[in-house]
Amino acid sequence: MKIEEIVQALGLEVKCAKDCLDREVTGGYTGDLLSDVMGNSKAGYIWITRQVHQNIVAVASLKEHSAIILINSSQPTAETMDKAEAEKIPIMVSDLPAFEISGKIYNLLTANS
Amino acid sequence: MAETNQNLYSGTFNIEGGNFNSAGIVSTGIKSTLKKLGIPSDLVRKAAIVSYEAEINVVSYAKKGVMTLTVHPGVVCIEVTDEGPGIPNIDLAMQEGYSTADQRIREMGFGAGMGLCNIRNYSDAFQIESEVGKGTRLKMTITTP
Repeated sequence: MKIEEIVQALGLEVKCAKDCLDREVTGGYTGDLLSDVMGNSKAGYIWITRQVHQNIVAVASLKEHSAIILINSSQPTAETMDKAEAEKIPIMVSDLPAFEISGKIYNLLTANS
Repeated sequence: MAETNQNLYSGTFNIEGGNFNSAGIVSTGIKSTLKKLGIPSDLVRKAAIVSYEAEINVVSYAKKGVMTLTVHPGVVCIEVTDEGPGIPNIDLAMQEGYSTADQRIREMGFGAGMGLCNIRNYSDAFQIESEVGKGTRLKMTITTP
């Protein structure tokens, strides 16, 4: 399933790297501890987090995540947006909490597999 | 065999302690270097995790540090030496969940006591030496299976 389809299905607000939404999402990981995400997520995953600072871009880039979703309407900082644009990591915002957005994405991904 | 001893790359990178704005820049550079060298992707992924965690440790705790990347066919070696407070009890530091990070570091999602565990788990060989008041030295080797 592509990022674009998830954005459409869940009404996510795309904050940056809008030209990179044709990437395939292979799975997802939800977490706010960066080492947890480093150790346990995989390439192609969509990462759901409440962290908004610029270090999330380095993690997503190193792990080759397909995109980042910020929860509870959290907004990325200006530095985060600049880095994400440069590294071509799409960042989307959801007004839902982590549990709900994770569940919805899980359902979308498993229904498509 | 001369072939396996061939040095594909050697490089040294400085890490600035305390600067979370540039944290990850060294490991991102190491990852792109390994990709350009055509290193197998599973090795690159492990090296990315290991170098990132080591870099974050220097940024979080030390004044400064140096990361050295050496690549031979099928072998990636990453060494990190820092000028930091050192680790009084390495066995304790290696326990998952143990951390001395302050509140500021934890709020960013670092300092959860998982970094050294990730380094150990994603390295094929891992050495750690530390002297209190001087600094810490890590050596990680990642090899093709």
